[in-house]
Amino acid sequence: MPASLSGPVNRVLRPVPAWPLYILAVLPPAWLVWGLFQGRLGVDPVKTMEHQMGLWALWLIIAGLAVTPIRRILGVSFLKYRRAIGLVAFFYILLHLLIWLVLDVQIPAQILADLTKRPYIILGMAAFVLLIPLAVTSNAVSIRRLGRNWRRLHLLVYPAAVLGGLHYVILVKGIQMTPILYLLAILGLLAFRLPWTGRRPR
Amino acid sequence: MARNWNGNLTENDVTPEHLWLNRRQIMAGMAGLGLGSIGGTAMAAPSDLTPNDYEAITHYNNFYEFGVGKEDPADYSGKFVTSPWSIEVAGLVDKPGTYALEDILKGKQIEERIYRLRCVEAWSMVIPWNGFPLSALLNQVGVQSGAKYVAFETALKPDEMPGVSRRVLDWPYREGLRLDEAMHPLTLMATGIYGKDLLNQNGAPIRVVVPWKYGFKSAKSIVRITLQEDQPFTSWKDANYREYGFYSNVNPQVSHPRWSQATERVIGSGLIPKRRETEMFNGYGDEVASLYTGMDLKKNY
Repeated sequence: MPASLSGPVNRVLRPVPAWPLYILAVLPPAWLVWGLFQGRLGVDPVKTMEHQMGLWALWLIIAGLAVTPIRRILGVSFLKYRRAIGLVAFFYILLHLLIWLVLDVQIPAQILADLTKRPYIILGMAAFVLLIPLAVTSNAVSIRRLGRNWRRLHLLVYPAAVLGGLHYVILVKGIQMTPILYLLAILGLLAFRLPWTGRRPR
Repeated sequence: MARNWNGNLTENDVTPEHLWLNRRQIMAGMAGLGLGSIGGTAMAAPSDLTPNDYEAITHYNNFYEFGVGKEDPADYSGKFVTSPWSIEVAGLVDKPGTYALEDILKGKQIEERIYRLRCVEAWSMVIPWNGFPLSALLNQVGVQSGAKYVAFETALKPDEMPGVSRRVLDWPYREGLRLDEAMHPLTLMATGIYGKDLLNQNGAPIRVVVPWKYGFKSAKSIVRITLQEDQPFTSWKDANYREYGFYSNVNPQVSHPRWSQATERVIGSGLIPKRRETEMFNGYGDEVASLYTGMDLKKNY
């Protein structure tokens, strides 16, 4: 994007704070709960909620990973929203997990069996576990305390994103394009960060 | 549980669904008192067979030729033309040929069979099918002595089936049964649900229903039936033989490599679906277990 366009976009974004994202984040799950009680989530409402929360989380992870490439290619900076995007993604993943545990599987013994035997569950859970320290340290105090280590710690988002994409790919029957496209989007955004793929910002 | 139906019923004769369900509960009560035969021939079946409502049965489907989402078959099967319809019967039969659906149905007594459908994805529902035993069709065409298997092929109409543009499977969809499984009285050629003609998303105009196997074994919208000596090609086994075996009998002890088969989500059992323990052979073990005597069902999954 030419500077003549990126400049005005950045000027518009500058006064817009990140905190409204946290309020907006409550609306999609609330809409699902409302749909559940209105009978608008189809024949299998729990699966619909579970799938939708996972999908939204994946969208947000992709959006978070896209911040740097957008800044480098288009010169538009969404950097101040990245923390909010990441925390909302974590919140959605947590809801996705809770729906699976409490409403879907329901049986503790089967949950334990799935966590040890089922590849897509193991991958999804591994992604979630990797994101816990990132969510806990997504605040100014942690940034100050951890110093340089904060940035290193937050590189865990890369393997977590790949694991999340793989989780989606292998939970479906057969070879389906939609999950593969999500995984390719994640891999593409990560590939963009490799040293030879573009000018690194100073 | 099976019940004979008058084959000349029109849609106006069909009992409204809410009354129909009520009648089923009365029938179940009669059966409990040993009076089940009043309602027609009785066939043992899994417990708690309260049918799902028509909406659930017709809007929660796997029919990948119309898309991989559960509502895709209902949403995208509208262009699928099912009349006129014929089935080619080929292979080791006395009377091979292409049979019009009307000729196949001629003289067949259409029965009501309430079966539990268990999907390999670990969900289940209960469906009141209308149809006739597959054995009646096989007897009509005359099975030759060399035949050991029955192969089914689903229609492939790319212009009417938007899902086939995605190569999820090697189309056309193909399935198969061992001859003794196909001849078993529980194996049904279904032409309706709740006394109404099958909708496109449910496999119109004619499909097979094998209630003790995972749902993908029950081929929909059948255009070809072949009797053969060798085990037939089956689509899901071809796609991933580790996950989808030829037999695919419902078996809580044999997990799918990616999920447990010990329990199932009961579709339509409330806002938050109940889980029930999966029964061996989907609850039809008394009738079908003898088909697999001496077989290792973990190897022959």
